[in-house]
Amino acid sequence: MTSATSYTRQDWQTDQEVRWCPGCGDYTILASVQNFMADLGVDRENVVFVSGIGCASRFPYYMNTYGMHGIHGRAPAIASGIAVARPDLSVWVVTGDGDALSIGGNHIIHALRRNINIKVLLFNNQIYGLTKGQYSPTSEEGKKTKSSPWGSIDHPFNPVSLALGAEATFVARTTDMDRPGTQEILTAAYRHQGSAFVEIYQNCNVFNDKAFIALTGKEERDVNKINLAHGKPVVFGPDDSRGVVIEHGTARIVDVAEVGLDAIYVHDATAPSAGAAFALSRLSHTPVGPTPMGIFRNVERTTYESVLQQQIHDALESRGPGDLRALIASSGTWTVGE
Amino acid sequence: MSEAPTIEPIQDTENVHVVAIRFAGDSGDGMQLAGTRFTEASAIFGNDLATFPNFPAEIRAPAGTLPGVSSFQVQIADRDILTPGDQPDVLVAMNPAALKANLADLAPAGTIVINSNAFDERNLARAGYPANPIEDGSLDSYRVLSVPMEDLTKQAVEGSGLKGRGVLRSKNFFALGLMAWMFNRPIDTTLEWIAKYYGKEPDVKAANELAFRAGYNLGETTEMFRHTYTVPPAEMPPGTYTNVTGNQALAWGIIAAGQAARLPVMYASYPITPASDILHELSRHRNFGVRTFQAEDEIAAVGAALGAAFAGHLGVTGTSGPGLALKSETISLAVMTELPLLIVDVQRGGPSTGLPTKTEQADLLMAMYGRHGEAPLPVVSVSSPSDAFFATIEAVRIALKYMTPVILLSDGYIATSAEPWRIPNLDSLPDISVPFTTTTNSEAGFLPYLRDPKTLVRPWAVPGTPGLQHRIGGLEKEDRTGNVSYTPANHELMTQLRERKIAQIADDIPEIVIDTHADADVLVIGWGSSYGAILAGVRRVRNNGHKVARVHLRHLNPFPKNLGEILQRYPKVLVPELNRGHLWRLLRADFLVDAIRYSKVEGRPFKAAEIENKLMELIES
Repeated sequence: MTSATSYTRQDWQTDQEVRWCPGCGDYTILASVQNFMADLGVDRENVVFVSGIGCASRFPYYMNTYGMHGIHGRAPAIASGIAVARPDLSVWVVTGDGDALSIGGNHIIHALRRNINIKVLLFNNQIYGLTKGQYSPTSEEGKKTKSSPWGSIDHPFNPVSLALGAEATFVARTTDMDRPGTQEILTAAYRHQGSAFVEIYQNCNVFNDKAFIALTGKEERDVNKINLAHGKPVVFGPDDSRGVVIEHGTARIVDVAEVGLDAIYVHDATAPSAGAAFALSRLSHTPVGPTPMGIFRNVERTTYESVLQQQIHDALESRGPGDLRALIASSGTWTVGE
Repeated sequence: MSEAPTIEPIQDTENVHVVAIRFAGDSGDGMQLAGTRFTEASAIFGNDLATFPNFPAEIRAPAGTLPGVSSFQVQIADRDILTPGDQPDVLVAMNPAALKANLADLAPAGTIVINSNAFDERNLARAGYPANPIEDGSLDSYRVLSVPMEDLTKQAVEGSGLKGRGVLRSKNFFALGLMAWMFNRPIDTTLEWIAKYYGKEPDVKAANELAFRAGYNLGETTEMFRHTYTVPPAEMPPGTYTNVTGNQALAWGIIAAGQAARLPVMYASYPITPASDILHELSRHRNFGVRTFQAEDEIAAVGAALGAAFAGHLGVTGTSGPGLALKSETISLAVMTELPLLIVDVQRGGPSTGLPTKTEQADLLMAMYGRHGEAPLPVVSVSSPSDAFFATIEAVRIALKYMTPVILLSDGYIATSAEPWRIPNLDSLPDISVPFTTTTNSEAGFLPYLRDPKTLVRPWAVPGTPGLQHRIGGLEKEDRTGNVSYTPANHELMTQLRERKIAQIADDIPEIVIDTHADADVLVIGWGSSYGAILAGVRRVRNNGHKVARVHLRHLNPFPKNLGEILQRYPKVLVPELNRGHLWRLLRADFLVDAIRYSKVEGRPFKAAEIENKLMELIES
């Protein structure tokens, strides 16, 4: 799929005017995606972007690839059809917290468990933007919005926990502001065989500004951002003075000096069990304090379409190409003469 | 051996032209299987036939109760028949509930074959019989053949290796053997089937064979069954025939359409009665390159089918009414994106969960109008089990040629019933392939909504084609470019273009020809599975010396071009439908004709006699 042609970010742009609010985090994500695609040298015609409804879902219009702006919540279903029919394509889903986790909750979990080769980019801004500011399934409890003037009663989803529970084989988290980190994760997601789920914390400066300031603020991020690196101890903070230990399936934050570096959990994204990744995901339910970022899980499992292709191949081997006349006659025939 | 009594063949056989038999029992009694085997044997014997399986929505309703009764009716004939028969001539009743639920349908002085072992106090009470109908004289006007089928089955299968309650499960084969004797069916077909189907369970195979033979032999040796019937083979056009159900033919039609279109098939579906058998059938045939996708719900199924269509496959989804309701938003997306998509709706009784295993034609108006916004699409209907094959190919032809979703309406009756089908010459199937667009279509680059000036069809450029990258979606499209547009005049234009594109398909479908009794005063017009009952009713009226013209519609949107003119010709237009008047409303609205509604919503098909009586009423009024 990789092209001989060398592309620049401009090659991935369309002639359509980008219509997000000025200052929206989506602009940065768009630039990251266009850059990473150009760097990777993928052929544009072999890429398909599918989206649902919401601010994030306008994304395909701005990518010079094939694209379908679908209906609310259903992008994983449409993308599944594309990927199952055409394993030769690179299929991407762009969705938001409302689109993927509320109206489309059913589709996202089933696409992930099937391990269909689609890459899901979930732009999580913890708010409904396009409908002008209602609480979303990732909004924090007590959040005051137009539809929750007394404070939201809903307990929020933790998208990474949800994806891990849905048997996803690739789960990662990044922020809109972190372009190098995002591009690194996108590259790993692209190379992963099967479903990849990437949660991108995305600032909505109009309806939910600074929701992720704990991770993007110049001072705050040094204290709160836990960078997950495969094979490395999970340490963070000034001079890596803080770290994570996992005991009895639960992760907690410690001072490295107190427990010693040997006691710190060494991140293994390829662990057969998703247990440690899940424990890490529980460290922050909404990102107001120390929050792990990076690739939580990256394991191999056969993809849906590869098994389907194999079944077709095996059926052809054992039965030969389908003969419709023989099929119709297979339950018995009789002949009426002239 | 000389002292053993010799049994003289004491058969006296009566030739009959047509007979209808209904096998009825508890849901667990294997009546669908017995009926299907009798049907296959009759098909291979050369009778024309039609069947009507009727079963409860519950997999196992409480044993012995009326809601748990399952039945299978088959009519066999030595001539062309169109329906499973208005009333059975013979009723096989495996328990009191089966008798009670079906007796009212039996022909006057008809024959009842009773499994007397099941008529004990408990089963009689469950069926609500205060006294045993075999003994209380209430069946005196019928010919009753009471047989202790369970005792005889138990005796027969001794030595099969089967033990315990499993033994009694063979009693349907005993009943089948008895019917095979009564109607002089060849037994080899059934024995071969048992050997093949139960080959991996030798004890079950042996038990079923023994029970089947015992039933047959009982007929042969018992005076009670001296009188048998022969239905000679029907005169049918030369050719090779098979027996086919509607769901089978529809699944094969999808495969055939894929071949005729030279496209790989993707069938995405969520299990739903009575459409699931299409998914089952297609799932078996991976060597045809068919991809089946059992989705997480109805919405995902149509979404995946639409995704496959965007990717250049023949995208198909199948469902029943409740599923069609769920799919409607995605079908609107298919209207907006102008992608080819086949949506199969095997209608059942509604609203809501309604009558899941019963038939109805009450989704027509949903197929026509059940979407938000102005979202016209073609609607094609299936008339009979074998017709499902051709109707499916026609629906796919329209979908591909006109880049549009098409709804294909079948129903529960067509789906599960069977008829002989002369296997068509598959080499003569029409070429319905359409080329993908591979080169840019304007100096300004590729314009995904630049239409063919005549057909108004937009190009189908699939992912992987260099230089033709484009984005489509649910937001209103700008004419030609397909870019998002909220311009008032553009929305008006695009709405009308989409409407005209569908309306113009009328130029590409056959006009109606009335070849018999075109000068009648009464026209009867129907669609879908009432085909057989209407035609049979019409034949009876004509045989009685009256004139009646008949139209049966395949294309429900758009209608054939001359339909309006035809309707105007007849003083009386009768529209029989298994709904409260869907086609009737469309005809009145489109053509301002004072058509007469004939509605039935009992969850079962029309009887020929009902159509006959209604027509006679009109002719004589």
